[in-house]
Amino acid sequence: MSGGRISIALAAALAAGFFVSGMRASDAQAISAQASKAQASVAIAPPGATSCTGCHAGAPSGDQPALPSLTGQSAQAIEEAMAGFRSGAREATLMNRIAKGFTEDETRAIARWLAQEGAR
Amino acid sequence: MSVAFTRRSALRGLALAGASAFAAPAVSAQTRARVVVIGGGFGGASCARALNRLGLAVTLVEESAAYVACPFSNLVLHGSRDIAAQRFGYDTIRREGVEVVGQRAQGVDAAARRVRLADGATLAYDRLVLSPGVDMRFDALPGYDAQAADVMPHAWKAGAQTLLLRRQLEAMEDGGLVVMSVPANPYRCPPGPYERASLIAHYLKTSKPKSKLLVLDAKDQFSKQRLFQDAWKALYPDHLEYVPLAGGGKTVEVVAAQKSVVTEFGRHAGAVVNVIPPQRAGSIAATAGCVDRSGWCPIDPATFESRLAPFVHVIGDACIAGAMPKSAFSANAQAKVCAQGIALLLKGEAAPEPKLVNTCYSFVAPDYGISVAGVYAPAKGMLADVAGAGGTSPPGAPQATRAAEADYARAWFKIATEEAFG
Repeated sequence: MSGGRISIALAAALAAGFFVSGMRASDAQAISAQASKAQASVAIAPPGATSCTGCHAGAPSGDQPALPSLTGQSAQAIEEAMAGFRSGAREATLMNRIAKGFTEDETRAIARWLAQEGAR
Repeated sequence: MSVAFTRRSALRGLALAGASAFAAPAVSAQTRARVVVIGGGFGGASCARALNRLGLAVTLVEESAAYVACPFSNLVLHGSRDIAAQRFGYDTIRREGVEVVGQRAQGVDAAARRVRLADGATLAYDRLVLSPGVDMRFDALPGYDAQAADVMPHAWKAGAQTLLLRRQLEAMEDGGLVVMSVPANPYRCPPGPYERASLIAHYLKTSKPKSKLLVLDAKDQFSKQRLFQDAWKALYPDHLEYVPLAGGGKTVEVVAAQKSVVTEFGRHAGAVVNVIPPQRAGSIAATAGCVDRSGWCPIDPATFESRLAPFVHVIGDACIAGAMPKSAFSANAQAKVCAQGIALLLKGEAAPEPKLVNTCYSFVAPDYGISVAGVYAPAKGMLADVAGAGGTSPPGAPQATRAAEADYARAWFKIATEEAFG
């Protein structure tokens, strides 16, 4: 949406003007730090990665359910499990059907992302 | 279709003069972009939390104090689950920093990017997410209106309707006929009617063995069909009769006064009648100008942005998601892809092509679960099945597999509701 970009650019310019004329420098810095923190938190997940927590809890709760959490699992462990599901070497009721929808490269990217920051 | 605001005509001149950014509330007075989410079900609640995690300022508009989940509500009809276990509030979401507004959204002015609430207040947004679920169409099936639903409940939104149908089943004398009317596609939860048929048949078999369920369907093919029909043959041969479209199953009229369902082939009066009517996107989607002639909302599959209203995104049952079914799992998966797309759009970046997953479990009996799964990616502007992936549980699987899938279903419900509502 080009309209979105234009309005954000304009808004940023307006906001900058506000800060210069009507605010203490420290306030402006605090707000700017907050804004960059907000931007930094946009950790873009690779295709498919955000679907995993629909079944595999980000934060495992007290009683361990039948579906394991991915929190704390290494990228390698996730990648190997998915390879096993895809080939049929590892038995599953359902993950075999899902694993076949992702290439090795896609699975590797998902596994790395989940191990680093995804499963929460 | 959008609601007329008093400011609007004055602003139109400005917009034409190329100053539309001033008309839009945008982010000028805020340090963070503001996203308003309408609808606090699986899609809206998940999206609000995901947007909040991405650092955006989020307002969730939901008039109900709690959401009553549809998945597992067939177990409430079955009598083995309390409706309280279906109820989820917004305290966690609020604690995490999402502003939760307990009001009905009355209007959307897409040009000015404002939502009008029931009390007349307005909420400005940079991006709007609609997750309004479905409305029953009380204009589609002759004889079926809101009053008829008090006599022949749809129970296709969980809550009072679920409890009404449960009470009717409980009150029915043994030997009674239960009639269920199932609509043509598309509607919320494609396998839902067949799970419901299974669990009602299980209830009759175990509690009212002289009774029977008659399922009248407006189609010939349905989700997990072979698995359902294999199980019905094995488990409920005397308690469930299924009539497809080709057998005269399509409901053409209902008569509330006689508690009867009329098909092209005849009339079926029931002691209990469950009519699942045709549906459409929740009404706020039409108000916002996001609905096409089908009654549903066309979207861009990468960001779920409406094809009809800029800066408005539609997720969950209300959107046209191509091959992706209208399910709670889909809504949750779409919510997270949409949130990420919005975060990127607000930074002026394009969203990458996503992949999405759906998983859907159904109970054929309390200890007998079956599933369907799919992986989806954009193709020709729609979400399409990724070839070679997905499909149903295997036919002919041993009881241990069915029992394991029933356990997985219960685990899924716990995790999915925790992810959506905390």
